[in-house]
Amino acid sequence: MNTQSVYNFPDINGKFGIYGGKFVPETLISALDDLEKTYLELKNNNEFQNELSSLQKEYNGRPTPLTFAKRLTEYFGKAKIYLKREDLCHTGAHKLNNALGQILLAKKLGKTRIIAETGAGQHGVATATVCAKFGLKCVVYMGEVDIERQKLNVFRMKMLSAEVVPVTSGSRTLKDATNEAIRDWVTNVANTHYIIGSVVGPHPYPMIVRDFQSIIGIETKEQILNYERKLPNYILACVGGGSNAMGIFYPFVNDKNVNLIGVEAAGYGLDSGKHCATLTLGEPGIFQGMKTYLLQDENGQVSEVHSISAGLDYPGVGPEHSLLKDIKRVKYFSVTDDEALEATILLSKLEGILPALETAHAVAYLNKLMPETSKDEIVVVNISGRGDKDLNTIINQIGDKIL
Amino acid sequence: MTKISEFIQKINQSNKKALSIFLTAGFPSKENFVDIALSIVENGADMLEIGIPFSDPLADGPTIQFSSQMSLKNGVSLKDVFNYCEKIKSKTEKPLILMGYANPILKFGIKNFCNNALHSGVSGLIVPDVPLEEYESFYDNEFKNFEKILLTTPTSSDKRIQEIDQKSEGFVYCVSVTGTTGTRNNFDENVITNLKRTYSLVSKNKMLIGFGISKPDDIKKFSPYCDGVIVGSAVIKKLRETEDIKEVVNFVKSLHDAC
Repeated sequence: MNTQSVYNFPDINGKFGIYGGKFVPETLISALDDLEKTYLELKNNNEFQNELSSLQKEYNGRPTPLTFAKRLTEYFGKAKIYLKREDLCHTGAHKLNNALGQILLAKKLGKTRIIAETGAGQHGVATATVCAKFGLKCVVYMGEVDIERQKLNVFRMKMLSAEVVPVTSGSRTLKDATNEAIRDWVTNVANTHYIIGSVVGPHPYPMIVRDFQSIIGIETKEQILNYERKLPNYILACVGGGSNAMGIFYPFVNDKNVNLIGVEAAGYGLDSGKHCATLTLGEPGIFQGMKTYLLQDENGQVSEVHSISAGLDYPGVGPEHSLLKDIKRVKYFSVTDDEALEATILLSKLEGILPALETAHAVAYLNKLMPETSKDEIVVVNISGRGDKDLNTIINQIGDKIL
Repeated sequence: MTKISEFIQKINQSNKKALSIFLTAGFPSKENFVDIALSIVENGADMLEIGIPFSDPLADGPTIQFSSQMSLKNGVSLKDVFNYCEKIKSKTEKPLILMGYANPILKFGIKNFCNNALHSGVSGLIVPDVPLEEYESFYDNEFKNFEKILLTTPTSSDKRIQEIDQKSEGFVYCVSVTGTTGTRNNFDENVITNLKRTYSLVSKNKMLIGFGISKPDDIKKFSPYCDGVIVGSAVIKKLRETEDIKEVVNFVKSLHDAC
């Protein structure tokens, strides 16, 4: 496909070009079919959309502001920088946009039990929150390593009555939590809905999560046109699985003059072997239900990856990002743990906004992008979540420099 | 009729059900895997299903996950798997089937994989994360010489089971329960109802039942509704628990006697 034509993915087989699909055990096929059928019915159902809109407004606090970052703009002395404030969503990240949509879907499907996987804990908190609101049983799978580094969010989930199941297999992070959640779903598919937290997994999840998250981009477009009477020149977002990025990118995909930039985690550095820069260094593979770019070894075993941010610590990526990379509609870069930490401090000091470590990766890329911009241009950074949850990690890493 | 189904047919003609034993390649050790596999084949297994170890085996429960992890830790690669198959096949006429997740196969290169597998005497393939929906996208022409075994589960509709039967070769792998591999203490009545339903819908192929079967009593209970059974986790558990291969062999004999 070329970028001249109108972008319309996934196709009827759930594919984004060669990516996506349904690479799952047979047991899950009927649940995926039910989910797809129900979602497509509800997508154009006014009652459902009104209920979701009302929840987004009255419960989630949408629309989130698009904040002009005056001091950050002055700091770089180039293009104007705006921040899309998903950190101001209820529970502190964009994750609730999707959780609210999917809990309504689960109700329509008649499911009584909800499962989820979480890395940084934000998706776990969002899922536990909607389960509390709607009175459904909630089980969250979380790697032991992430439980340790995201204690605050574990505590929040438990306060919300969720059961947090520690996952001890593999690298004990998001990848393994996802495997366990899928195994639970294979076992309890009759009464259980799996709320996947990113634009990953088998079709129709990448489409559903993207659609629920695209409210970020729809609002951004309206807000920037209102403020500046033109579209931004650049949009930046961090990419692990890639849901906040797809959410802000998707409504702009056909706006060819808007440069879309995804920022991955380079961890200790791209040549360290300890990173999760999937689109930068991965290659196509089949993993957790989808065909997508994947970090893997020479035998096709999935790599153990590293990022300081638990939410980016994932060897795969949403299949739509794989397509967008191949057709060159989105450019993907990476920044290291250290650069992300520096950006956390920078945004905190200049704008009074403490970003999540995930988000800080997008902020950090400003150092590379801004010198290339001019004063009449506009950059939007998606501030996907707030950093309170990461204070333990930040204190451990650079606490002595600050205190 | 395919080679594997002819083989099952012969067993069924002597009023027996076929016994397929699943082993993770290179478990419990890289060195003695072939000897263990051959002992199992000589003492009752009618077919061997050899698992290609994978870092993220979604359809497997803790026992096979563990064996897969150990095998990878011991450095077992696809090349080793083909070597094992070749050595086993040089000593037996019984069918060898490879079970592996899609990614290691894709990474090895499909053409390369198929050439090596054929050369090693493999007859059939089971790829549990390639359902009917991805059949065409995954199994290209290179796979034409293999019997591609598809799975049904309790959640598969009648129509779907018939489609799976049409596409499947060798046999249809009927998964007895929803869930991952691993022993079950008991099976509820719904399991039998589902096995009866599936067996009545599978007409082109033989049907083998797998997942959760761990003892001779399970086999006796399910025998009327299938042409054979597959036992994996229960054998791997024995291999993990004891270094005495005789215990494992006796267990396989007891399964064979129940068939």
